[in-house]
Amino acid sequence: MPVFFENRNIVTPGDLLAEGNFEAGRNTYKIDSKIYACKLGLVEYKGRTVNVVALNTFYVPSVGDLVIGKIVEINLHGWTVDINSPYFATLRASDFFNKAYKPQKDELSEFLDIGDLIQAKVVAYDRTRDPLLTIREPGLGKITRGQIVKVSPAKIPRIIGRKGSMISILKKETRCNITVGQNGLIHIFGCNPEDEQIAVLAIKKIELEAHTSGLTDRVTEMISKARGGGK
Amino acid sequence: MTKEIKLVDENGVRTDGRKPDELRPIKLEVGILSNADGSAYIEQGKNKILAAVYGPREVHPRHLALPDRALLRCRYHMAPFSVQERKSPAPSRREVELSKVIREALEPAIFLERFPRTSIDLFIEVLQADGGTRAAGVTVASLALADAGLPMRDLVVACAAGKVDGCIVLDLNDIEDKEGTADVPVAYMPSLNAVGLLQMDGQLTPEEFEQAFNLALEGCKRIYELQKQALKARYLAIKEAVEEDVEEK
Repeated sequence: MPVFFENRNIVTPGDLLAEGNFEAGRNTYKIDSKIYACKLGLVEYKGRTVNVVALNTFYVPSVGDLVIGKIVEINLHGWTVDINSPYFATLRASDFFNKAYKPQKDELSEFLDIGDLIQAKVVAYDRTRDPLLTIREPGLGKITRGQIVKVSPAKIPRIIGRKGSMISILKKETRCNITVGQNGLIHIFGCNPEDEQIAVLAIKKIELEAHTSGLTDRVTEMISKARGGGK
Repeated sequence: MTKEIKLVDENGVRTDGRKPDELRPIKLEVGILSNADGSAYIEQGKNKILAAVYGPREVHPRHLALPDRALLRCRYHMAPFSVQERKSPAPSRREVELSKVIREALEPAIFLERFPRTSIDLFIEVLQADGGTRAAGVTVASLALADAGLPMRDLVVACAAGKVDGCIVLDLNDIEDKEGTADVPVAYMPSLNAVGLLQMDGQLTPEEFEQAFNLALEGCKRIYELQKQALKARYLAIKEAVEEDVEEK
């Protein structure tokens, strides 16, 4: 059962990663007993499973994900939302209103207009149907304040960190409210623009250096430096 | 017809000083367009080609969408200033054909079935042409696709071989292409050992064809290594810069 790379080596599509009694994990595929990479990323051998942590991906919706989206179209019974993925999502008007929705009475653009940003959750998605969103949960709905940062969806796990370690440090150090959408959009909302700016820079740094080690310490240092310089 | 140009001299050296089995110098860069989802640039000898990938995204017009897989659309285009005599920017017959063969060379490499009802739009812009642009176009396009984060079975790499002055040579340039006897472009997926494009222009005996084909595959394998390096380069540079930073402290 040979293995052809070491953990955390960078691999490219088509690289032969392992041969023998292995299972193809994320971003890999199997032909006979050979496992190949199908994306540019860092290889990860975990027992018998071989994964590749991609360095760049686009967002593929998954049920239960928190996403941040932009309204692009108003239809008769709801909105079309751009969630930074290959497919546009729909948000139904009946989901938005508590009462029954009547198209002849309610004007949808009064509540959410084109260009508005929302936080939502994916409730249904499969290969044959476009994703369906809901905002009927606490914390979801229209975004009215703060800033949005766009990063590659591949870096989202790094920004959140192991069991949320990175994001909790970010929140504490920058004193900002940060909501991370799985689709690569991040909503930052702080007490003042300076705090928000620091948070934006920190997130950009994490995105750029996501594949290196010891990142948490460097980010903490960067924030404290930025803070010291600001005063 | 007076044919006075000597393409391969008595020492086996070609017009640009290469040996018969030598590639032109290649420079590859990945991720150079910020507005595209994936992009790459190649300089192969005097060829200069830019590739950009957009998608997967919603298909426009809607009726072209395929229910079971993504639609790959490819546009090979030569800039009006890419050749000696100005080329009309309208797509010529040749460009339409090359768009098709490049698309068909790349299609089997991408997991299109994972993204039904979407389109992947690929643009290959030849800024300066010096022979072998379809091969260089495939090479650079597959880098752009990988840069876009699309799942791929393998990188596709292409290279041409041919016959010039009775000698089988690798990676023909413009004069060799025009004045030579034959040209065999090959697109190849090295890890899977699969050929995605094979054309022949000119006349070769079956033995010569086999020789040229094997030489082209050899060239492909060499370019494949450069492709892999180019993909990794950007991330390795950041990693090194960070590690140096840490060491200084």
